[in-house]
Amino acid sequence: MSTSLVEAEALAPQPGATLRQRQWAVLIRATMRQWRSRIGLGIFSLMVLIALAGPLIAPDSPTAFVTAPNAPPSVHGPFGGDVLGRDVWSRFLYGGRTVLGMALAATIIGVGLGLVVGLTAAYRRGWVDETLMRIADVFMAFPQIVLALLLVAAFGPSVPLIILMVGISHAPRVARVIRGAAQQVVEREFVQAAEAVGEPRRRIIFGELLPNVSSPLTVEFGLRLTYSIGLIAALNFIGAGIQPPTADWGVMINENRLAVAFQPWGVLLPIIAIALLTIGTNLLTDGFARAVIGLERGE
Amino acid sequence: MTRFLLKRIALGILTLFLVSVVVFAATQALPGNAATAILGRNATPARVAALSRQLHLNESAFAQYIHWLGDILKGNLGISAATQEPVTHYISGRLANSGFLVLVSAIVAIPLSIMLGVWMAVRRDKPADQALSVGTLGLAALPDFVIGILLVLLLGTNVTHIFPPVSLVPPGEHAWDVPKAVVLPALTLVLAVTPYISRIMRASMVEVLESDYVTMARLKGLPNRTVIWRHAVPNAIVPAIQVSALQLAYMAGGVVVVEYVFAYPGIGSALIDAVGNRDVPVVQALTLIIAAVYVVVNVGADVLTILVTPRLRTAGR
Repeated sequence: MSTSLVEAEALAPQPGATLRQRQWAVLIRATMRQWRSRIGLGIFSLMVLIALAGPLIAPDSPTAFVTAPNAPPSVHGPFGGDVLGRDVWSRFLYGGRTVLGMALAATIIGVGLGLVVGLTAAYRRGWVDETLMRIADVFMAFPQIVLALLLVAAFGPSVPLIILMVGISHAPRVARVIRGAAQQVVEREFVQAAEAVGEPRRRIIFGELLPNVSSPLTVEFGLRLTYSIGLIAALNFIGAGIQPPTADWGVMINENRLAVAFQPWGVLLPIIAIALLTIGTNLLTDGFARAVIGLERGE
Repeated sequence: MTRFLLKRIALGILTLFLVSVVVFAATQALPGNAATAILGRNATPARVAALSRQLHLNESAFAQYIHWLGDILKGNLGISAATQEPVTHYISGRLANSGFLVLVSAIVAIPLSIMLGVWMAVRRDKPADQALSVGTLGLAALPDFVIGILLVLLLGTNVTHIFPPVSLVPPGEHAWDVPKAVVLPALTLVLAVTPYISRIMRASMVEVLESDYVTMARLKGLPNRTVIWRHAVPNAIVPAIQVSALQLAYMAGGVVVVEYVFAYPGIGSALIDAVGNRDVPVVQALTLIIAAVYVVVNVGADVLTILVTPRLRTAGR
């Protein structure tokens, strides 16, 4: 499965590749000219930095009992203690890795799978298209969180299961978008030319079609990442994913929400973090989508 | 048009059938014997054998599926493994509560977002429109439970105490008997769907306001209100109706986490409880019901789109 853009570029014929590289440069510049993209990228980078570097600067272990339960902020902990007397600030600094890592993994699975299905359906047409889209309909008949819960009911709470199910629940939605974009490309001359010289089917799908759907693919990746962060955080929050005592923003919100009236920090820090993360990815994705539309109109 | 409608409905029924297969297959994956799972590890072999017979566990998976589907079509959803009461009895009151929550949210959200969209389009690119554009974009990014908990902080606990943070409904009463309990969950759903509908309405309205017939209406000297509400809005509203229907379907899933946040006594919190207890019959029933609502509303959205779009209505006659 060649799903990365870099690989797709390498597969593409040389003259086209340079042209495409220039198009990408133009697209990225058009994205970054908009203030919403700059703010989005800034917020997103900050949150990723907190998630990755947080554990290095955390003063305490995220699972050590260092204060009284629900202790108010003090010199020992700037945001006080959580419901069991662990340092809120340290748990917050440790809690971003899980949600961000799980969301990224689920997005890569979902977008990768949706890409392969969408391109195959658009290229093969006929019964292959019909069958793939019916299967997609069945998986789209469940709200995403319900599909994940169905499997958690059978197998119990599990991190790999949640990642897989969130990914699978994205796949049909991505497949539909990619199929729609690729259907227009399939009709173009260079695809027929590639067929005429006998290029293998897989090379046509990934070498000819894929580079031509890369901008809707990027928009889908951004959108699905935003939704994945929300879904994964929600599943961890309701206890279907990461289990206590592991520090995770979703888990933290659930642990501390009953004490929110007198110790709000255990809920506030993770909830602001999740909100900023999703707003950041959404602003950046919206900026990119606007740049794509702007360039298409300019042509 | 009739042919297209029939085809769409037939596909909806096929999808529902396949959904039932997926629900059944997923819950069959349960490791170990379902009878042991229900009765616990200390059950006597005789009781396990009796329950296995009752649940048709000795037959093939296909035969089990046929029995299961037949029971469901007869309205028998089985016995809850956790509470030992019939599933239909356990979920009927909760189903009504969730239906009420979604209904209230939709009645508030749909007209509100359509008016918001019109207002944004009329003030296109002015500061109010730009602020609302970014505001709705940010709101659209927030997960439902984040909106819910922020509302609890603002209106239920820390900042003000206007509404109860937990939706307590006394046993035997329905959600509509305790209106205060519905406010925050409903407001959460309203805030979750409003950005989508209002943004579509704005985009559609902007396009219509640029059209020749709106210019014509203005040149005729019609007052601005008449131009907007009589000429522009009816032509711009189709995509918003479609998205509203899709958001209605979205709420069928959205209630799951929102009800959990507020401990609202509906099918969403029941589903999370059942997943925690691994109460398979309840999980099967609720996932089927939610998927069925989702499919039916989606088919309904397609049918509605055809009925309100003249070009599609007359195509393929």
